[in-house]
Formats: sequence, C-alpha cells, structure tokens
Amino acid sequence: MAKITFIEHNGTSHVVEAENGMSVMRAAVDNNVPGIDGDCGGECACATCHVYVEPEWQAATGARTETEETMLSFAAATQDNSRLCCQITVSDALDGLVVRTPDGQH
Amino acid sequence: MNHVSTLSDRHAVWSLPLDQVNPAQPQLFKDDAQWSYFERLRAEDPVHYTADSEFGPYWSVTKYKDIMAVDTNHKVFSSLSTLGGISIRDQRADFPLPMFIAMDPPIHDAQRKVVSPIVAPGNLAILEHTIRERAIAILDSLPRGEAFDWVDRVSIELTTQMLATLFDFPFQDRRKLTRWSDVATTVAGPGGLVETEEQRQAELRECAAYFMGLWNQRVNAPPQGDLVSMLAHGESTRNMTPQEFLGNLILLIVGGNDTTRNSLTGGLYAFSKFPEQYQKLRANPALLDSTIPEIIRWQTPLAHMRRTALSDIELGGKPIKAGDKVIMWYVSGNRDEEMIENPNELVVDRARPRQHLSFGFGVHRCVGNRLAEMQLRIVWEEILKRDLDIEVLGEPERVLSTFIKGYINLPVRIRG
Ligand code: HEM
Ligand code: FES
Repeated sequence: MAKITFIEHNGTSHVVEAENGMSVMRAAVDNNVPGIDGDCGGECACATCHVYVEPEWQAATGARTETEETMLSFAAATQDNSRLCCQITVSDALDGLVVRTPDGQH
Repeated sequence: MNHVSTLSDRHAVWSLPLDQVNPAQPQLFKDDAQWSYFERLRAEDPVHYTADSEFGPYWSVTKYKDIMAVDTNHKVFSSLSTLGGISIRDQRADFPLPMFIAMDPPIHDAQRKVVSPIVAPGNLAILEHTIRERAIAILDSLPRGEAFDWVDRVSIELTTQMLATLFDFPFQDRRKLTRWSDVATTVAGPGGLVETEEQRQAELRECAAYFMGLWNQRVNAPPQGDLVSMLAHGESTRNMTPQEFLGNLILLIVGGNDTTRNSLTGGLYAFSKFPEQYQKLRANPALLDSTIPEIIRWQTPLAHMRRTALSDIELGGKPIKAGDKVIMWYVSGNRDEEMIENPNELVVDRARPRQHLSFGFGVHRCVGNRLAEMQLRIVWEEILKRDLDIEVLGEPERVLSTFIKGYINLPVRIRG
C-alpha cells in the first residue's frame, strides 16, 4: 500500500490509497482524480496520464522507458521530471509519493 | 429503408464461407450494413484474411486489443505513403505533399513535435471564445418549425467556420477550405468530385499558393493566435520548407474536417436512436464530459487505419507476412463487447468513456483530439443552454467509403 498525493494545476490536492502492483495512473483514475485521463488504459500509447514527479521522488519512481520517452515527446509542457504515470508501479517504496498534473492532457 | 439488421441480411452474412467474408465494400458502409460482418469476424476469426477485394488482398483486425497491438507497434506496422499509406486504398506514389500521418519514425516524430504544440490545451483556450461566438450565430440562425438538412446547415457550416477561425482564414472564402479538404482525400474519376488527377493536383496547387500568401502576410506581422501565424513565428516551425508547411497545413485541414463534421451529425443521430440518453444529459449537462467521447466512440468517424507489415509477425495466431496490408477496423474494435459493455448503444454516463479507438493509439494518435472534443463540447453546450428540441425526420444518407464513416445529409426540424 502507498499513500499518493496528486496536486492539480490549480493547487487542489487529492490523497489516494493505492495497492501495490497497480499503476499510479490506475490509482488516480479509479479514484476520480481530475487531470489524469488515461485514455489508453495504461498501454503507454496516449500520453494522457502525464504528471510531474516531485524532485525528491524521482529516484524512487525510476527512469522513463523508451516508448514512454517517445510518447512524452509529443505531450505539451513537459519538464525534466515529466512521467507517464501508467508506467509507474505502486509499491511500499512509493508510500508518500507526490506528483503534480499539468494544465491539460494532450 | 432501414434494412440494416434485417434477419435475412444477418443470416446471409453468417452463412457466407468464412474465406469469402470481405467487409471492405464501400456499399456496405453506405447502407450501414457492415455491422454483421464485423460481429461475425470478432466471434469467429478476429484476425481475418481476405484474398480478393477491390483493394487487393488484406488482413482485417477486428478486436480492440489486437488493434491496440498493431497501432502501438510502428516498428513492424508502417504508415509510409510509399508502401501504400494509411488507408485501404493504396496512396498514389506521386502525392504532392509530405504529411507526417503517412511517415514512420524518426521523420514522423520530428514533424509531429513541430505541429503538436499548436493544438495543445493552452493554445486552444485562446480560440475557444471565437469558436463559441460563431457556433452561437449558426444555431440562432436556424429555422424553427421547418425541415432542413442538419449536415449542410450545421455540421459543414460549423466545421468550416471553425477551420476558418483556426487559420484566421478570409471568412468569405471559407468554403474553399472544405473544398480543398474534400479534393485532397478524393479519388479522381468521371462523375467524381474531380474528374481527373490533373484537376485534383491543380486545385491543390491553388490551395498551396493561397496559404503561401497567408504565410507571407503573417510572417511579417506581429504574432497572432491563429495556426498560420503560430507556424510562421514558432521557434521550431518558422524554418520549415514551403513543402513541409503546406503538407502540415493540409493535414490539419483534412484531419479536422470530415471527422468533426460527422461527429456533429452522428451525435444528433445517436440521440434520436437513444432519446432517453438525451433526456439524461438534458437533466444533467455536466455529463457532457463523458458524452463527448462517447459520441466519438459511437460514431467512429474514421472506420479504419491501414498499415503495411515490414516483417513477418504473428497476430492473433495468424501469420502476417512482410508486405501484407493490415486494416485496423476501429469501427469494429469500438463495438468489441469484450472491452465495452452494450457497445452498440450510446450511453452518456459510461464509466470509462475515453477508452475508445476513434483517435487511434501510439505515435500516430490523433493530434487534434482535444480540439475536436472542444468544438463538439461547445456546440452541445449551446444547444443545451437553448434547450433546442431537434427532431430527426428520417434516416441519413451515408458516405460511400470504407474509410470516412459519415453522413451526406440528415433531415431535421427544430420544434418551437
Ligand atoms: C472526432 C474527430 C477526429 C477523429 C475521430 C480523428 C481521428 C484520427 C485518427 C484515427 C488518426 C490516426 C491515429 C492512428 O493512426 O493511430 C488521426 C491522426 C491525426 N489527426 Fe485526427 N481526428 C479527429 C480530429 C482531428 C482534428 C480536429 C485535427 C486537426 C487539428 C486532427 C489532426 C490529425 C493529425 C495531424 C493526425 C496525424 C497524427 C500523426 O500521424 O502523428 N484530427 N486522427
Ligand atoms: S494511460 Fe495512456 S500513456 Fe499512460
């Protein structure tokens, strides 16, 4: 289990309890967190689950995959800490994770 | 005339020898009679080979998950125009303009990155106001208590005005945009939109010259919010060659024209089939968030995308060979009962309405999806605000195409 905080572009936060093994995208979508669409259902094929990982969590969440890198390169307003959160798997090590959502998914 | 799912037709389709099942017949789509073909293939032969069709031999991929597998595997499944391109009808090798929809990585990726920011959420917000004003003007000008054609008066007019808004295109010339878009995608032939390929190319050159004129104006003026100005001033776009500029521009026009137009008609038509769903939306307009993607799924404005296999690969247990033509039937995957409950019905409050194939997936996923959704949302918001009571008076006439799934007309009347 991990507690994950999603901070919307307007500053509103949402705290979600996520089970190990599921993706961070799934945790958001199943809990109706606004600002994350997840159109492809986690296939790394739509880039509508774009988040900014808080710097202190970048190491724990790991690196982008090659496909993720490509899909992110088409997304809007990407930064060094941008990730597609369907590619981040929840584990105990991510308890307390904080991510922010962009002003829109594209 | 609704012979769509008469028992005899369905029965005939289910009794065909499997190897003669050929869904790629334009007339089927014109008659809205393709559904039983796909139902049967999803059930009996989800990845299906047709040896003989007017488009030559091809594979049909009919289930949601298999389509996703093809769409996300661009290393094996190519979009290259020189191999035939992106639709079941092979693209002409001499097609005049480069478009990234018919390219593979890495060139595709570089071009797409240039265009994509133009239709990103931040930029769309700039255009929303004008698009809304124009939508309102059209809706308020419609006759009351009198039959008219929704496709011409609303869907075409709105999409054309929206395109004109996006490009800040001279308003009185706006139907040129529709014409160029139609010409760019048509097959020349006697009795067709254009009679000869020469005529077709001449019209596209006229389009090119017109847009070069706009580019020259805008590049020398201060930056504005329209797409041409953005291309002319954008850091990554201002050094594009004229060929690239025009290719990208035409792709944006073509991409956003029929698709949005037919979603506008398809939504209204669907509500006439599922009136209780419209009442649900009317009672709770916040449901537009899920209704808009649901309309786009239900309509599936592009019935398929095509790829060409670059190497041998197995898909759904079938041996696809290098060089084979592979058709991803989005129109079938969007009705795959394994992924979508009651897929033939329009349901305005589905749990996961955004999980549909209409925009494709992977590196070619529709760049304009947010723009399309915004346009549709604005129109339906304004219809709901006015509580327009629109009655569909009869069945639409449909387009003769296995690619563009759309309507030629739809007779309606606004009560009141
Ligand atoms: C409801 C409306 C629309 C539908 C259903 C639609 C559908 C599609 C589909 C199926 C693809 C190919 C996806 C794939 O191969 O995986 C695509 C690509 C594309 N669409 Fe759309 N589209 C729509 C609206 C628009 C609009 C409004 C624009 C204009 C801005 C647009 C521009 C494009 C472009 C530029 C591509 C090429 C993307 C690439 O190859 O990387 N589309 N669209
Ligand atoms: S959900 Fe589609 S890329 Fe993450």
